[in-house]
Amino acid sequence: MSKNYKDNLPITAVKFMEEFRRYRKGSVTRRHFLGVTGLGTAMAVLGAAVPGLAPRAAHAYGELGDRLVFSTWPNYHNPVNLEEFTETTGVNIQVNAFGSNEEMLAKLQAGGAGWDVFVPTNYTITTYVELGLIQELDLSLIPNFDAASQNPVFAGPATVNGKVYAVPKNWGTTGFVVNTKQITSGPKSWKDFFDVTMGAGSGHTIVHDYQLTTIGAAMCAFGFSFNSIVPEELDKAEKLLIDAKPHLFAITSDYQPGMRSGDAWMSICWTGDGKQLNTDLPEMEYVVASDGGELWSDFYAIPSDAPHLTAAYAFINYMQDPYIQARDFAVHGYPTSDSRVDAMLPADTINDPILYPAKELMDGLEFGAAKTLTDPGRAEVMARFKSA
Amino acid sequence: MAAATAGGRKGSWLTVALLAPTSAWFLILLVMPLAVVVIFSFGARAPMGGYAAAFTFEQYANLPSRFAAFKNTMTFAPLGTLLCLLIAYPLAYYLAVKVSPRWKLLLLVLVIVPFWTSLLIRTYAWIFILGGRGIPALLELIGIEGVRLINTPGAVMLGIVYGYLPLMVFPIFVSLEKLDKGLLEVSSDLGGTPLRTFLQVTLPLSMPGMATGCMLVFILLMGEFLIPAFLGGGKIFFIGNALVDLFLQSRNWPFGSAVAVTLVVIMLITVSLYMRLTMGKSTGRDESLM
Repeated sequence: MSKNYKDNLPITAVKFMEEFRRYRKGSVTRRHFLGVTGLGTAMAVLGAAVPGLAPRAAHAYGELGDRLVFSTWPNYHNPVNLEEFTETTGVNIQVNAFGSNEEMLAKLQAGGAGWDVFVPTNYTITTYVELGLIQELDLSLIPNFDAASQNPVFAGPATVNGKVYAVPKNWGTTGFVVNTKQITSGPKSWKDFFDVTMGAGSGHTIVHDYQLTTIGAAMCAFGFSFNSIVPEELDKAEKLLIDAKPHLFAITSDYQPGMRSGDAWMSICWTGDGKQLNTDLPEMEYVVASDGGELWSDFYAIPSDAPHLTAAYAFINYMQDPYIQARDFAVHGYPTSDSRVDAMLPADTINDPILYPAKELMDGLEFGAAKTLTDPGRAEVMARFKSA
Repeated sequence: MAAATAGGRKGSWLTVALLAPTSAWFLILLVMPLAVVVIFSFGARAPMGGYAAAFTFEQYANLPSRFAAFKNTMTFAPLGTLLCLLIAYPLAYYLAVKVSPRWKLLLLVLVIVPFWTSLLIRTYAWIFILGGRGIPALLELIGIEGVRLINTPGAVMLGIVYGYLPLMVFPIFVSLEKLDKGLLEVSSDLGGTPLRTFLQVTLPLSMPGMATGCMLVFILLMGEFLIPAFLGGGKIFFIGNALVDLFLQSRNWPFGSAVAVTLVVIMLITVSLYMRLTMGKSTGRDESLM
């Protein structure tokens, strides 16, 4: 692939965003904007469908085949990006959405999953490497990835024993979302979260159907580590969860419908969902708990037995393009660890306290740990809580 | 399977050839997977999840920890079957006996239509109907406040009856449709009241359909996991949910296998008891649809 494939473009992605912001602020005319970005021409040549935004020619990728199996998370992509990839390369993407890392691991462990690309979370990568389920990446095939522009805090977990197994997608925090119209006491910690659940907010709280975050929240409420697998601490967390269970509205990782319908007033919540809820309903407040919680980053990785390897690399490379990442961000609201993307985002986004919590709150957060994923004790506590 | 008895060498060769595909099907798709599950159930969980070879009864000893899930399934499945039967019977009766032939087909199609959409989507729709902005909001308009429908046992039961009703309607409809109307006249000629005719003629003759319907609904309900997860908010936990969890979340395949084997055994016992009871009553007539 030519390194300078963007040379013949009318405008670069970064420039495009700059022009876009100028236009929105009113400093340039619509005519200027359309002219300089090439959108005017694009609109004139109806059907040529925005060539300035879709510069990648199919031949640049060589033979990719016509199929790619991609396993990821719900509400985590801009459909326009996926469609555009298919349009320019002829590769159809079959998307599988998953609810937990455990489920992804279970599918790959069972073998024959047939995935080409998937999206694991930081703390699972060492386990995948140990089990030989993912392959080392050839970064020369992902020229859009720029290690220098990455924040090492989030990109770091991709490197195991000096080898790079994944490239970063997005990062975020795990806190909780509160409907401030219904709950006025202003809970700030996981301890408050469970107190409100068993008090004023009884019957209106959601916890995830996901051991990492649900048990993690209970651990933090006691002041233990989010990742604790200490048996006595697990016992305490289990007791708290089982005591809280009759007061819960639901145990589900699909918490947006419940929050939106007004049935639920509080839920364990990820950054992007918190942002999406807050944007639509200002009374929804996203809280990073003062007594801890999770900091996470997601990655693109390729399973060892990926059947469409060339297409997998082409896809990851496409998704690493800063402009494509910015377009993803506009839909799901999860920050990236790529400074090239940050440079494209408007200033009010960079200062958004939901996406980028205050430093003192961030300091209390922990990355998930590999042992938390595989520990049978955590799994069993979650299972007993759910079947109680 | 009625094995061919006579017919000489050529016949038996033919029998073997004809039975081979079926036998292979049974062996590869039924016996072998089941054998794997049984073997796994005596194994141990590998350190990172999955299966590690071992011979232990540990998994079976751990079964009591899923007692609540077994209890829920064993309550909701029979109760759901009974409710389906009570609701489906009048509907099937109406369709088979009362409605004019002109409308029969249309009404039957209406019963089938929901099957053209995935159960997942139809169940999801119920989340919105039963959720705070749905029926409870309507009730508030007429002054009934604070009604909670979603994520309750009632919602799960509603979902079950909604989802499984057609499976009960059709077998009953078929057995009522076949009913010889002459028998009803005979009964009334002999002085039977309509109620007595129904109880002594129609009902017994539709027994095979009811038995088949109950069987279909009950067996599928024993493995149900989607409806309790969606309409019970994950708080009402069936054995199906426990299985999904064990295989996909905790990746404890041996324990999952032990639970699955136990479920199969419970089902075999209940179903054979049930068959003995119901089929015994139809006094030897092999009119069953099973």
